[in-house]
Amino acid sequence: MNLLDQFKIWLVSMGWPGWAAYLVPAITGIVVIIAFVLTVVIVFIWWERRFLGRFQIRTGPNRCGPEGIFQPIATAVKILLKEDIVPEKADKILHFLAPIVVFVPILMLFAVIPLSEGAILVDLNVGAVYVIAISSISILGIFMAAWASANKYSLISGMRAIAQMVSYELPVVLSLVGVAIVAGSFSMIKIVETQNIPYVFLQPLGFIIFFLGALAEMNRCPFDLLEADSEIVAGYHIEYSGMKFAMFYLGEYGVALAYAGVITTLFLGGWQGPLLPPILWFLIKVMLVFSLIVWMRATLPRLRVDQLMSFAWKGMLPMAVINLILIAIEVLIIPHSLQWAMVMLNFALAAVLILLFSRLFTLGGGRVEV
Amino acid sequence: MKFERYGIGIAKGMALTFKHLFRPPITVQYPEEKLHTSKRIRGNELVWFPDRCTGCGTCTKACPQGNIQLMTHKDDDNKYIVDKFEVDTGRCIFCGLCVESCPYDALAMGLNYECAKYRRRDLVLTKENLSISTDHQPSAYYRPQFEAKLPAQSLLLYNREIGGQKLKFIPLSTRKRGPGA
Repeated sequence: MNLLDQFKIWLVSMGWPGWAAYLVPAITGIVVIIAFVLTVVIVFIWWERRFLGRFQIRTGPNRCGPEGIFQPIATAVKILLKEDIVPEKADKILHFLAPIVVFVPILMLFAVIPLSEGAILVDLNVGAVYVIAISSISILGIFMAAWASANKYSLISGMRAIAQMVSYELPVVLSLVGVAIVAGSFSMIKIVETQNIPYVFLQPLGFIIFFLGALAEMNRCPFDLLEADSEIVAGYHIEYSGMKFAMFYLGEYGVALAYAGVITTLFLGGWQGPLLPPILWFLIKVMLVFSLIVWMRATLPRLRVDQLMSFAWKGMLPMAVINLILIAIEVLIIPHSLQWAMVMLNFALAAVLILLFSRLFTLGGGRVEV
Repeated sequence: MKFERYGIGIAKGMALTFKHLFRPPITVQYPEEKLHTSKRIRGNELVWFPDRCTGCGTCTKACPQGNIQLMTHKDDDNKYIVDKFEVDTGRCIFCGLCVESCPYDALAMGLNYECAKYRRRDLVLTKENLSISTDHQPSAYYRPQFEAKLPAQSLLLYNREIGGQKLKFIPLSTRKRGPGA
């Protein structure tokens, strides 16, 4: 029973008509989720700039308000005041629709992410499948933007986006199935509730694969090929300005928040944690995941296109399949009371698998083999 | 077994960037925090010493821009009295030839490097603007006698607070300020 259902029942008991008791909690939930996303995205933008600055021995933005906390707001005002330019050769309808198609699915993702105990819009019994299905739609928006801009660079970026998405979807899904096998359900609530030991310890390899695949799907460093500033300028949003660009910008951080939430839910035990209230635990874990993403961005250089493809198909996909088979066998053989043995076994297996597969990616001897 | 080949490079890189978190930022927060320029900077504005100037006009002849305006009259002792000494810094190329040519060491280059003005007429500096004062100090360009008094250069060097490569973190409020602040 989630909070919105309780709200609905309370409204009915107050004598509200059925349609109103259905509509009011639904709209309340949507407004709360949108407000949550926009607020956290603003914090994310600030945190990424400051934190990235510290990694690069800079200070980061520190002029606008205390510690530069109002910098994202200043940026938003600047972007919104800009002229909305549509290229002459652009496909006007697609050019208009693309930012919406990118942004709306990202908001829809939050419907199944439990922010706290019972704080979830709908507890689907296929929640994890829903996440995978919906998150793939926004790549369609990216390709629409790329095609409609009538720009070579953005078209290259769109092609890269599709290739990247198709390649990294498989390992992500396979590692997610591993979680579902152990939890015995696709429901996000059930997955959280079964995590006495967070699944990051129970299946470390699955976590690494899911994390890297999610990085690729949210187009963050080191997989940000479709926004490669040094090669294709800004990629798919090169011809966008004003409010439409702001939608892409919001979407970029929104998807980072969504995936951080999904990773928290699937692998880090969701809202569970001692002492602090559940929503705070959820936010702390989300910030930790996002900080890890920023850390990787500060460190790692961008992959080449062929390296990206071979990493997905030769590295992550076989590892994800092997990981899935191993998890399935372990769930069959090892009794539930011996989960700590499973933890150690899986850490050993992950180390062995990573060592084995990293041999595929050695660069040396004068030959570049990837 | 060499671990260099097994992705240990990524771990090393991550460790390096993590260490950066604990280093003080090297950013110079300009309007509040100013670094010392070179002691021999050919900075903005000439510094004119009225006591030493004889009004001989050598500087006006040396100026390739014809930029220095000098008007004098004779007093009772048959000495020149300077009525007008004007430099248009909008046309000055900071070559320093006037300073080098002065036979009485009455001219020096300034230390200032913040030359922007709101009005073009503000660029024309008169006798009063050019005379030496507390906030209008000479640099050591062609005048090595001033060099000992000037602070050591901290621009582009790591000796901002302490010597060598290490930067000690000192809160902004207690940092030593540069000449312009």
